[in-house]
Amino acid sequence: MEQLESQYQKILSDYMTDQTEKNLYIAQNFTRQLIQKNISPEDVVSVHKNAVEKLFPRRMSEEQLAYDFLIEVMVHYGMAHREHQSLLQKQAEYEMEMKIATNIQKTLLKTDVPQLSSIDIGMISIPIRKMNGDYVHFLYNREDFLSVAVTDVVGKGVPAALCMSMVKYGLETLDYAYKDPSYVLEVINRVIEKSVDDSMFVSMFYACLDMRKSILSYASAGHEPALHYSAKHNEFFPLESTGLLLGVLPETKYLYNEIVLEENDIVVMMTDGVTEFRAHDEMNSREVISSLIMENKYLSAQQLCNLLYKQIEEIQDFKLSDDFTVVIIKK
Amino acid sequence: MTIKSSVEIITEWDIVEARQLGRDEAKALGFDTVDQARITTAISELARNIYLYARIGVIEIERVETDADTEKKIIVIATDQGPGIEDVRKVMEDGYSTSGGLGAGLPGVNRLMDNMVIQSVMGKGTTIRAEKWLR
Repeated sequence: MEQLESQYQKILSDYMTDQTEKNLYIAQNFTRQLIQKNISPEDVVSVHKNAVEKLFPRRMSEEQLAYDFLIEVMVHYGMAHREHQSLLQKQAEYEMEMKIATNIQKTLLKTDVPQLSSIDIGMISIPIRKMNGDYVHFLYNREDFLSVAVTDVVGKGVPAALCMSMVKYGLETLDYAYKDPSYVLEVINRVIEKSVDDSMFVSMFYACLDMRKSILSYASAGHEPALHYSAKHNEFFPLESTGLLLGVLPETKYLYNEIVLEENDIVVMMTDGVTEFRAHDEMNSREVISSLIMENKYLSAQQLCNLLYKQIEEIQDFKLSDDFTVVIIKK
Repeated sequence: MTIKSSVEIITEWDIVEARQLGRDEAKALGFDTVDQARITTAISELARNIYLYARIGVIEIERVETDADTEKKIIVIATDQGPGIEDVRKVMEDGYSTSGGLGAGLPGVNRLMDNMVIQSVMGKGTTIRAEKWLR
């Protein structure tokens, strides 16, 4: 402290004799040093007071009281300053924890896209924040059945991620029941309704493909409708189905639907982050998606996913407003 | 040698009284202007807490002077029979106090002084003891 005082006195004295920008620049650098050393505002006033006292002893008798008064005032600023410092430190700790949690989530909710010979599967899921509120789960039994759950938690960040882990374990405990979409949604709905906070809702599109019979059955819990491209008709049909969001009411029933999937047909499942064009309300996002797929239908499912992401990101000026998830299956 | 004195906190003006006592004692011990201001501000916060949350209480100031010059310190003890603090750990968190991010509150007092101990029983009252050593 004494060293700082004499340094300050020197800088102040230089400035009093010569009011140059250079001297002020030196003062600025000195201030940086003060902040680094965590010198509180009241101490700075005290340092200044002592310097003035030494440089202009005669003037001081009158101003002494004014300085003491300022010290009193600055003590309160000092408290706020220290609180701020400690909050900053806490924030750094939270960020560290958040980073760890993100890594755990990534491992926990990692989706492996199955490689099957009879069907081409592609997937992309890009979180808008650190934690992904979307989740895709595949279940399959060799070349007989493939089911896909595309989910979106209403809400973001850590709570959404925690809720998602629950959905994942719900899906994993289904065993052989995974072939009936409406039953799956009913089960997961009960799991979420019982164990998750009232403010948490999950939307899910669940589809199961019987690869032998080429029948795709599906059900939806308040989720974005999927798109079915029929190669025979060279046309898109929405796979709509009504159903309440998961976690709202305990005994909700979900409609069962099925379609026949033919050669070269494409099914596109997505979350609302894909279809919501906030920057361009005037565009019909589903038409944009349909025509993009139509024009590039010979690409692989994964290439189509990547292309959709790239194009939609561009349309949205690279400012996506929600987690972005697309699953494409091609027969 | 320990010299004890105290102020009862009943009205808001007693906060001023407690401040005055604290400043006089701090000055007498040899604290410089900045530390006097810190000690007084800490007392002011403690007295204000009594006034706002417990209605009445006592601020005691102890001036501890031993022969060795190195062991001079001031002790501030705030006692009340108010509602008590439910979660002491929580009130010591920054940003918790209702004054919300103004730097005051108990964490602020803790930083103005060298150490602070809180004892509180729900429905019985609270005792806060804070010390500052003369350097």
